[in-house]
Order: sequence, then C-alpha cells, then structure tokens
Amino acid sequence: MQLHKYDVVIVGAGGAGMRAAIESGQRARTAVLTKIYPTRSHTGAAQGGMCAALANVEEDNWEWHTFDTIKGGDYLVDQDAAEVMAKEAIDAVLDLEKMGLPFNRTPEGRIDQRRFGGHTRDHGKSPVRRACYAADRTGHMILQTLYQNCVKHNVEFFNEYYVLDLVMTEVDGKPRPSGVVTYDLATGEVHVFQAKSIVFASGGCGKIFKTTSNAHTLTGDGMAIAFRNGLPLEDMEFVQFHPTGLAGLGILVSEAARGEGGILRNSEGERFMERYAPTIKDLAPRDIVARSMANEVREGRGCGPNKDYVLLDLTHLEPEHIDAKLPDITEFARTYLGVEPYTEPVPVFPTAHYAMGGIPTNIDAEVYRNSEETVPGLYAAGEVACVSVHGSNRLGTNSLLDINVFGKRAGIKAAEYAATADFLPVPEDAAQPTQDLLDLMRNGKGDQKVAVLRKELQDVMDADMQVFRTADTIHNALDKIADLQERYKHIQIQDQGKRFNLDLLEAVELGFLLELAKVMSVAALHREESRGGHFREDFPNRDDDKFMKHSMAYLDEGAETDSVAGIRLETKPVIFTRYEPMERKY
Amino acid sequence: MTTQEKEAAEPASKVDLPGESGGGGEIPTYNLTLKVRRYNPEVSEEAHWEDYELEMFGTDRVLDALHKVKWEIDGSLSFRRSCAHGVCGSDAMRINGRNRLACKTLLKDLDLSKPVTVEAIKGLPCEKDLIVDMEPFFQSYREIMPFLMNEGHEPERERYQSQEDRDRFDDTTKCILCAACTSSCPVFWTDGQYFGPAAIVNAHRFIFDSRDDAGDLRLEILNDKEGVWRCRTTFNCTEACPRGIQVTKAIAEVKQAVLARAF
Ligand SMILES: Cc1cc2nc3c(=O)[nH]c(=O)nc-3n(C[C@H](O)[C@H](O)[C@H](O)COP(=O)(O)OP(=O)(O)OC[C@H]3O[C@@H](n4cnc5c(N)ncnc54)[C@H](O)[C@@H]3O)c2cc1C
Ligand code: SF4
Ligand code: FES
Repeated sequence: MQLHKYDVVIVGAGGAGMRAAIESGQRARTAVLTKIYPTRSHTGAAQGGMCAALANVEEDNWEWHTFDTIKGGDYLVDQDAAEVMAKEAIDAVLDLEKMGLPFNRTPEGRIDQRRFGGHTRDHGKSPVRRACYAADRTGHMILQTLYQNCVKHNVEFFNEYYVLDLVMTEVDGKPRPSGVVTYDLATGEVHVFQAKSIVFASGGCGKIFKTTSNAHTLTGDGMAIAFRNGLPLEDMEFVQFHPTGLAGLGILVSEAARGEGGILRNSEGERFMERYAPTIKDLAPRDIVARSMANEVREGRGCGPNKDYVLLDLTHLEPEHIDAKLPDITEFARTYLGVEPYTEPVPVFPTAHYAMGGIPTNIDAEVYRNSEETVPGLYAAGEVACVSVHGSNRLGTNSLLDINVFGKRAGIKAAEYAATADFLPVPEDAAQPTQDLLDLMRNGKGDQKVAVLRKELQDVMDADMQVFRTADTIHNALDKIADLQERYKHIQIQDQGKRFNLDLLEAVELGFLLELAKVMSVAALHREESRGGHFREDFPNRDDDKFMKHSMAYLDEGAETDSVAGIRLETKPVIFTRYEPMERKY
Repeated sequence: MTTQEKEAAEPASKVDLPGESGGGGEIPTYNLTLKVRRYNPEVSEEAHWEDYELEMFGTDRVLDALHKVKWEIDGSLSFRRSCAHGVCGSDAMRINGRNRLACKTLLKDLDLSKPVTVEAIKGLPCEKDLIVDMEPFFQSYREIMPFLMNEGHEPERERYQSQEDRDRFDDTTKCILCAACTSSCPVFWTDGQYFGPAAIVNAHRFIFDSRDDAGDLRLEILNDKEGVWRCRTTFNCTEACPRGIQVTKAIAEVKQAVLARAF
C-alpha cells in the first residue's frame, strides 16, 4: 500500500471537480483523483446551455432567476442557496469566458443567450433568454476549457484512480475525514491519500436505471461511499426523467427539438399531448410530458415491435430549419436508430437524466453529518451533492451553473480550511475494508454474474421506480433489490489479473448501485405525495403540510423505515427566505 | 433572423404514420464473428486473435458487441468506454483496419459476411487488449500550451468577439481528444517524436482565436523539427476523425501561419 499526502484531495474531474481544482490548486497542494480521464467526464455530454442573468439580449436579473429556480423545484429548494447560485451565475459565466470558453456571440460580440424551459422574466410573465451556450455542445466546451486551465495551472491529476472509500478518524468523539482509499486501475494497487480537506465531485448515479442519458461510469460512487461511512443522503427519491431519450438507448434529444416545433405522437398518429396539456401541449414541463408518454405506452398506444415507445415527429419542419437548429439530434437519430428525421418520426421514451438528491451540503459546499451540523474538512459539489438548489425538479441549464458556482466555492473553502488545519492521523489499517471488499469480489466462487444482476436491477427500476410510482410498485422494487443484494454475495468474476481489471470494478460499482437503489426506493415509499420528479399515483397531490421538507437517509443496521430494515429516514427543514410556496402552474 | 421566420401552420392532431413506425414487425438480428486482438502481458508477451460468435440486433454498435463478450463470455476482455454516444472520446480503436469510435460504429454498416476485426489503436503502447497508454498523446497536447493566453488587462465583463472571429476556429473546438487521428498517422507510427494531428488541431483552436495573444509562441513550438512540417498530408487523420473535423485543413492553415510569420 502506498501513502500520499496532499492538503486537498478532490474526487472527480468533471465540471465540478476541475472548477474546484482551479481554485484549490492555486492556494494549496492539491491532487485530483478520477476514475476516467478528465476530458471523458459526462459534463462533456451536456448540450443546451448554462444560464445566468447577464441581460445581454434582454432585460433580466438574478432575482427573477432565483424565483424560477425555486418554482421549478416545486418549492423544495433551499432559497438561500438558490439566491447564491443566481447571483454568482454572472461571474461564473464571465470567469469561463475569460478562461477561454468560446461562447456563441451576439452581433455586437457579446455572449449570446437563448431560451430554455422554465426560465422567465418577472416571475413567470414570459420566457426570457438566459441560457449562455456554445453551439449545441456547451458542456463539451466547459469541460475542455476547465481542463485547459488545469493544464495551465499544473493541477496534479491521478487518472484512472478509483476512490472506493473514505477514511474517517475520530476527533473528540466525532468522525472526521482524514483521507481516501483508491484503486489504481493500471496496476491494481491500492493507495491511500491522506488529506486535510476532501472534496467529492464524483457526479450522478443514472446507471441505477436501464434507460438513461448518463454514461456507463455514472454509478453513484461518491454518494454510496458517503452513505457507507454514516453520512446522510438527501432527497434521493427525486430523479429527473427527461421526456425524449432515443428509444431503447436513452441518448438525450434536447428539449430544443420540441421548442423548434417537434410533436409527440402515439401509434395511432395522434398528437396525444393535446389531451394532457391542452394549452401548452408538447411544451409542458418535463415531468408532465414524461408521464403522458409513459401513459400512452401503458394504455397500449406505444409504437414499434414491442409497443414500448412513442414518436417525435419533425417531418413537418423544413429540412434546412432542422439542420440549422437541431444538427446534433438529427445526427444521433441517424447514427443510432437509422432514422431519417426529415421523413420519419424518431422513436423516443423518457430517460433517467439527473439526480436532484445527493450528499447534503450548505452554501459553502460543507457536508452535513446530520440536519444541523457539518463535518469539518469535508466538501461536495456538483451532481453528487444536494445543496439544494434543484429541490424536487431541476430546471434545464441550472446544473452546468451549479457545478461552476459550487465547484468554485468548494475549491476555495477546501483550500482555506487546509491552510488552518493539521493532518489527522490515518489509521494503520485504513485500507483494510477496501482490501477485504476487493478480495471478496476476486475470490467469490458463487454462480451469480455481475452483468445479470445489474440488468435485473435496471429493469426493475425502470418498471417500478420510473415516472409512475405507487406503494405497490415501490415494494416490488424493494423486494427485488433485497433479492439482488443477497445474490450479490455470491458473485463470481472472471478476470483475476491486476492490470486494468474493469471486471472487478464493475462488481464494486454494482454494490454502489444496489445500495443507492434501496435508499431511493425507501425515500420514495415514505414520501406519500407527488412533487416535481417524484410522482405517486396513489398520492397525486403535493402535500406541503406533511412533506415540505428534505428527506435524510442514513445507513443504520438496527433501524426500520416503513418496515424496510437497514435505513433510518430523518428530515431537514427547507430554507425559506422570501418566496411563499404556490401551486406550480405554467 | 428571427424576424424572417414565418409562423408555422398548426400541425395536424392526427396523421398517418409512414411505413412500419406505428408498430408491429420484428427487430432484425445478425450473426457475426467478432475477431479481437487480445493482449495481456500478465499472461503472455504475445498478442493473439480471438474469435467470438455473436447474435446481435439491428441497432447495435461495435461497443454493444464488445459488452456482450465482456458480460456474457469473457469478463477479462478490457476496453475503455463511458458516454456510449460519441462525445467522450474513450473508445477509439481499429475496426476492420480503420480508426473509429466503437460506440459510433453500427454493426449493420459493416460487412458481416466476414469477421469484424477489432484491435487497439496503433502508435501508442498497448497496455491490455484495446487499452493503450494515452500519456504520450496528452504530453504532446500539453506541449502546445492548450489554454488561452491574453496579455491585455482583464475587462470587467466579457471580452468581445465578433461572430466571424468566433466562427474562424469553430471546427477545431469540437475535438474530444480521442486520438483516432494521431494514431492513424503513418508519420506518428514511425516517428514517436511527432506532435501528431490532435495536438496541432488544438493549437489551431488557440492560434485562430482572436482573443489569444500567444500565437507566435505556439507557432514557434510547431515550427520545430517535430512539428507541423512532419505532416505528409495523407488525409488519414481527417478520415478518422469521429467529429468530422477537417484535420488536414487545420494543419495546412497552421503551416501557412508559420510561413507568414517567417521566423
Ligand atoms: C446528456 C446530458 C445533457 C445535459 N445537458 C445539460 C445542459 O444543457 N445544461 C445543464 O445545466 N445541465 C445539463 N446536464 C446535466 C449536467 O451536465 C450534469 O449534471 C453535470 O455536468 C455533472 O457534473 P459533475 O462535475 O458533477 O459530474 P461529471 O461531469 O459526471 O464528473 C464526474 C467525475 O467523477 C469521477 N468519478 C466518479 N466516481 C469516481 C470514483 N469512484 N473515483 C474517482 N473518480 C470518480 C469521474 O471520473 C468524473 O471525472 C446534462 C446531462 C446529461 C447526461
Ligand atoms: S481531431 Fe478528431 S480524431 Fe483527432 S483527437 Fe480530436 S476528435 Fe479525435
Ligand atoms: S464511449 Fe464515449 S466516445 Fe465512445
């Protein structure tokens, strides 16, 4: 086992991790550990844009942006955090421009801005142009620009180092982070990184589901590691399902397709959104459109050999218009489905897109150990974290913003803390639990296969925990997860080598997925209301009296929540500053 | 532009769907032989070819075939991948002798009457199966100083840039650093010192950015004996680029810029 010592260790090199590294790297000795090369991170897949009330093309201000964020999140947003994000959005965009990001420009040469769902002027009066963008690859340009600036500042990366555990050292009776345990993919060696500050920026967990816009590598590692170390996970029941993923694949077709006039149709050729949202039809909020689509399929009006998707019809649009406005989408449809969008409708179905929940933090990215108290030296930012700026439903373009604003804050805070703190001792046997876990996986002689268990998990989560949930479906998912967790103890992997043993790591990742699926399901079972991304058919209304609060899930062997053993569910109050909850109407 | 857009007629509530898109029908399947060049120095210093017989679906990609092998036949088969839709640059490999992304290559576009061959990209040291050491590639990238350098004092708001100036380097901003171009270049294969096309593409992205002041510095680096002049204009790189970047054209523009500077 090798030991390294850094002031600050950052786990993850997506947008949040690299934004943190740029700040921290200039203030303290910093290492960034990442399981894939930085430029492979899924931030690069984001298409639409990053919003900020720059008011470059029309009147706008950060206060309107704050309101839209809170309303979009169905009032489960912590309003202090939303204010910080909307206010600092302007500098976040200008910072990126100064670092070199090639934004699209207005005729005057300023950063151009465009519309995106839910962003309005003057508290919902009309749509506003708030999203800054770089063609249809804003996320790609953010990721590249941040990486370029990390190269400029000589940030130290440890590429293909999988963080598998957090080391906690007891101080005055309370556990505090003293380092992380990592697995070097190239050699199979386990390394311990001792650090004064640790920042989790390890992204989302979309691979819990079968149909997802997320990368294969988004297995919720950071969330699961925090959870296993006794830290809470906040609001895990809230997942955003984007209406238009390419059928069977989940690859995202941006909201812009419907914005430009695309129409959803069922197997009878019917424009079914006319029945569900008579006024705004296909442009209703993401959660409503996704549910309507799923309902058409459920009632037998799906398309294709298995009648399991609907169609996005662009055929009435001029080919030149499609080429000018939707080049990426049409290319994906051609490449992956062999469908020509000029003349044929594109098969689509809702796709698991974004985890609103995660490791709870305050506005300084400090991680909560319970509903009141933070853990000195531990930070989280980006999709892995729950600040909570997205509440129960994230607005488009607010995540690229989130990773920049809170990534920066995390980097500064982590470095400042490291300047005042001492290293905590790392116990001799800090890597032992990880070694044991790896040995267990390597030496398993059972008859269960990782790929089979993972597929069964993803299938049941798509069937029972997607856009429609009831107590029955959630119980069904929980039973299946329990069965899978049992079978997980009897897996066998084939690769016994040390070099690039991805077979082994897929087994570890499956353990994370199973754990998080359980947390997600228990929290969903307990929340007997419908809000934002969480829709309970047996409780179709929002219930502010009982549920205007964040859920906080803890690993607790002895506990029981709604007769499910092993998880303790507590709550944390929502922070209100100036907006009273109203009905979310568009 | 927006003023010109005419109000589109309200689309019909109900239409007749073309062809089979309404439902029914079978998903076609294919049988194929996937021939993978396996290499694992822990087992043997010799690489060897291994055949896998697979039944795949019509919309499957080479990446799906590799996953099928890894998940159902041999878990030790190793390759990198993440996004699975051509945006992260993880899975450049040689498929039927051409550099491509496995996640962007549909099986039905290949000739399946013959085995489909898959091997690691060339010119970078192979570590295991389809995984190569990317360090030399990123080293060249770092050497061209791939970050904006601006000498003027920082404006309070954004720097201005006209739409034409922004368009000037648009093509080369698309690069996902997959190495398909560099590892398809015969000069790079024989001469490990050459920067390779990807590094030049990324230099181009800054040299032609009106906001950048370090063009001279980068051109000087590229004028070096390992720089742009090694390029023999074989166009392999342009053909290989999964992002459709005009790589050879970008290199030619950098060459012209070096000449115009006349060091
Ligand atoms: C297709 C798509 C389109 C989107 N479009 C938009 C958009 O237009 N606007 C918007 O605002 N948002 C968009 N989003 C959401 C947004 O892109 C993401 O939420 C955001 O980029 C997440 O950034 P991140 O830095 O938190 O994580 P990521 O970019 O996912 O990075 C995670 C990092 O953590 C590392 N990591 C993970 N586990 C480990 C481990 N165990 N050990 C070490 N390292 C680890 C990985 O290597 C990686 O570097 C989109 C999302 C998707 C999927
Ligand atoms: S120029 Fe094209 S082929 Fe070369 S690294 Fe960039 S994206 Fe890949
Ligand atoms: S897996 Fe990302 S480019 Fe192929």
